[in-house]
Formats: sequence, C-alpha cells, structure tokens
Amino acid sequence: MGDRNLMMFNIWHRWWVVTIVFGLMVSLIAAGCSLSQGGGTGGQPGEQEIYIENKGSDTIVNLALAWAERYQDLNSSIRISVTGGGSGTGIASLINNTVDIANASRRIKEEEIASAQDNGVDPIEYVIARDAIAVIVHPENPIDQLTIGQISAIYSGEITNWSQLGGEDRPIVRLSRETNSGTHVYFLENVLRQGDKESKLLFSMDTLLLPSSEGIIKETSQNRNAIGYDGLGYVTDEVKVVGVAASETGEYIFPSVETVNSGLYPIARELYMYTNGEPSGELAIYMDWIFSSEAQKIVADLGFVPIIQP
Amino acid sequence: MKNPQTINEILITFVIKASGYSAIFFVALIFYFLLSQGLPTLKLVELKTLLSVRWYPIEELYGILPLISGSIVVTIGATLIAVPFGIGTAIFIAEIAPRWAREILKPIIEILAGLPSVVLGFLGIVLLSSVLREALNLPTGLSALTGSLLLGAIAIPTIVSVAEDALDAVPKEYRDGALALGGTKWQTIWTITLPAARSGVLTATMLGIARSIGETMTVMMVTGNAPVMANSLMVFFSPVRTMTATIAAEMGEVASGSTHYHALFFIGIVLFVISLIVNVLASTYVYRHTKRSEKLLS
Repeated sequence: MGDRNLMMFNIWHRWWVVTIVFGLMVSLIAAGCSLSQGGGTGGQPGEQEIYIENKGSDTIVNLALAWAERYQDLNSSIRISVTGGGSGTGIASLINNTVDIANASRRIKEEEIASAQDNGVDPIEYVIARDAIAVIVHPENPIDQLTIGQISAIYSGEITNWSQLGGEDRPIVRLSRETNSGTHVYFLENVLRQGDKESKLLFSMDTLLLPSSEGIIKETSQNRNAIGYDGLGYVTDEVKVVGVAASETGEYIFPSVETVNSGLYPIARELYMYTNGEPSGELAIYMDWIFSSEAQKIVADLGFVPIIQP
Repeated sequence: MKNPQTINEILITFVIKASGYSAIFFVALIFYFLLSQGLPTLKLVELKTLLSVRWYPIEELYGILPLISGSIVVTIGATLIAVPFGIGTAIFIAEIAPRWAREILKPIIEILAGLPSVVLGFLGIVLLSSVLREALNLPTGLSALTGSLLLGAIAIPTIVSVAEDALDAVPKEYRDGALALGGTKWQTIWTITLPAARSGVLTATMLGIARSIGETMTVMMVTGNAPVMANSLMVFFSPVRTMTATIAAEMGEVASGSTHYHALFFIGIVLFVISLIVNVLASTYVYRHTKRSEKLLS
C-alpha cells in the first residue's frame, strides 16, 4: 500500500514539474512576444485587415464612438476602436505612431508638430465639429451669469468667495479637468488668460484637477461651493449652466447650437482629428464620411455643433 | 527509476533557483530602468524648479514638493486609521473571538482585500465625499481625509490578515504560561502574545503602509488632485495631489523622451526611495529586536 502511494505521489509529482516548467515557458514566450510588439502597434491603416485605431480627447470620445458604431453598421468589414485619455494622450500616440486618428479638443502645438516630424509623422488636421464650453455651478447657487473676466479672477484665485460676486457667503471650490485635457488647455489660454499670449496667469494652486468630465459634473451637482467647466455635450440637468459675457458691458449668452454657430457664445472652440499624412484607402473613406450629413447629424444629436448644417 | 528521479531533482532545483533569482533580477531591471529614465530630469530641470512648490507641467513647472507632501499626508492619515483598527481586529480574531466567529470573519476580511480600488474610489466620490462635506462643513469632500479613510479601508485587510497569522503562530504554551501565572486575558495579549508576534505585526503594518503609499486609482478619484503644499494640519481637510495619482494621470499624455516624461519617472524614483526607507527602517527594527531577545535568552 505504502509503495503504491509513493508511486502515485511520484507520478503526480512528475506531472506537477512538467506543468510548472511548461507554464513558465509559455509565460516567458508570451512576455517575449509582448515585449517585441511593444514598439509600434497600429501604424499602417487598411492593408490586410481593416482596423482603425482612434484615440484622444475625452470630449470627443462619445462622438467618435457614435460615429464608429454607425460606420461599422454600414461597413461590417471595418473595425474602429475608440479610446479616450485626453487630447494630449491622443496627440502623443499619434507622435509615437500608435494610432491612425488622434482626437483633440485643442489645436496641435508647434512643439508637438516638431516632435512628430522627428518621428517621421506628418500630422494632417481636420476640424470635425465645434463645441461650447459651459461654465457650471450647483443648481441652488444664486449666481446666473458671469463675465469672462470674473471667471478668470475666480480660477486664478483672485476671487475666493461667492459673496464677492453677489452670491452666498461660501468659499469657491474650483474644478478643472487634468492638464492632459484639451479642454483644460483651451480654458487656460482663452478664459483664464483671456487670449493674451503674453500672460503667465495660472490656475489657482488649490484648483481641483479631476480625471474625468463625469467627475466634474458629479461634484458640481453635489457641492454648492463648486464651479466647473465642461464641454456642452457632457452637461446634464443636475447642474446649472451660467450665462457668459465677453466683457462687462456685453450681453450674457447661454451656450447652445445657435449661439455657437452665430459666434455669440464666447467660449466655443473647434474639435479636431489628426491623421498621419494624407489618409489613403479605407481611412480616407472614413474621414470623408465624417463630413457627410449623416455623420454631422450625429454631432448635433450629441449636443455638439456640426461643421456643416445637415 | 533512479535516473528520471535525478532529472526531476535537477529540473525542480533549477526552476526554484531560477524563480528565486528572477525576483532579484527583475527588481534590478526595474530599478535600472527607473534610474535611466528618471535621472535625466536632474539635467533637464533646474534643482531650484524641482524643489519649488508648484507642479504645472504644461508651463514647465516641475516642483515635486507638493506631490511628496500630498503622498505623505494621505499615507499618514491612512496609517493612523488602518494600524489601530487592523491590529485590533487581528487580536480580536486570533485571541478573543470564538472559533465559529473566527471562521466567518477571516474569509470575509480576505474578500475585502480583493475589492477593486476603483470600486472604493467610486463609493468615495458618490457617497463618502458628500457625507464628509456635510458633516464637517468642508468646502469640498474631495480631500486628503476622504483619501485617507478609503486607503485605510484598503490597508486594513492586509494588516489584519498578516498580523492574525503572526499572532496565530505564537505557541499556545506562552499563553498558558501567562494565564497560569495569574495574568488576565488582556495582560496576556498585551504583554505576552503581542510582543511575541512583534515582527509579524510590524511586517503587517509595513505592508499596510506600502499598500497605501502605492495606491493610485482611489486617491486619484477622491483627493481632488490639487497640488497644494502641506503647511499645517488643516491640509488633512483640503485637496491634495499624490505622487502616484500624478504619474497615473499624466503618463498617458507625455511624448516619450520629453522633460515631462523624465520628470514623471523621477517621481517614480522618489516613490521607490521612500518605500525603500520605510522597509529598511522596519527590518532594522525587527533585526535589532530579535538580537536583544536572543541575548536575554542566552
């Protein structure tokens, strides 16, 4: 009996050794493969398998997803993967040549073009839609309207209490997107610094930098002290949108498709897509489709402003 | 039968040796990579900038002090919460709770350890932050305190699990001896069992601290990420930005090889060095302690 048990043990023992060694080999090989692939995935679009990689701005991610879904319904042979992460992330991926399309809610910077060219990447710009940035507060905040100058003073830390603006005696909690967000950079340049290129004004140090648009909406909807900004497409009924005037004498305008298209709303911007060089093949067809009236109708459905009127 | 046996032996010795050495090899490799990517920061960024109190990479401001202070504040908060609760729970499970309660509690706490941190972070955003804001009348609930509480909750299962094992490993004779000398249950726990399990309990504490200083997702979601320099105790109630959250939030945006990229790796080095110091301090303490007890015994 004892010998038999010992033998069984030996057999099992051997199996275990084989399994462990085999498992180690497999994992080593897998690790080796993933390492060798790490350099550059994506790259050339539309060669054998039609696969389009699309990455960048969180502002655009819902729009890009809606486009991708619709387009895949129309062309079953095409697969489009859409990820967010911020405009900076998308452009960095384009520079590293790991995506086919980079989404950005701000224009590509000179330095970024330079480092792209160093990597042999030639970014081509498309303006795909327009977007208004809404300034939002808690629904019970009595403040209804602000000038750009006031918003700038709030975010730079000059105004720290709502009572300084005729509101309640409450501290102001400033909410912003992270620095990798195109919305953040746009807001810094065009609202905080009011378009002045020489200005070195920065966000107040205690500005909360939240990693997502939803985070800003959530905190603004819960916190009476909060002020935030977000793309119009993200704004829900849980928060109050304030009217914005370009100057103290100017008219207070609320963001909408009409006020953006007519140029009345002061904090509106263009949304971009970038490709590496003039696109060819399926990617070119997809980029063309984005400017079709069908695709631009999706823009309007999602709360953004279409480039061409559908 | 003899021959395959030896092959087995050789193979298994090799596999075990290889896995042992691979740990050292990988740590060395990671450390080398961190240094090679992080140290160029010292050339690219002036030391004065690096030691300033403003972190705003898109304007080339790379002051890492507020990030270090943010991490330290949140970790201290988490430790203050997790260590007493964790060790208390471990003592209760190992020494006081009846067998059936113990068999229920231990697995439940271990399940808690498996809770994804993003889930806790979400709870923190929707629930804890608004409760704290209302209760303490804070400007915002996205603060170091919220982060500390959640990190404490993350660290507690680790501490309980390891500390309970250590307490459990104390020989029954020690307790019997203490009780036979007329010690109360509390005296036995406090003067005999806990000191005997000291090194295990300390390891538990260290693992807990390491868990909280390295935690990323939860702190990124609930601490507000404002790079404010800690200058008073009130910082516990204000937003902070930790080193881990900074790396996680910004790593995706940087073009590889840029100053910002190297600066993020430099933060990684700082984080690594802090963990190393904590570990070295702990092991020196444990080592010294064993020496003394050995001396007493001889």
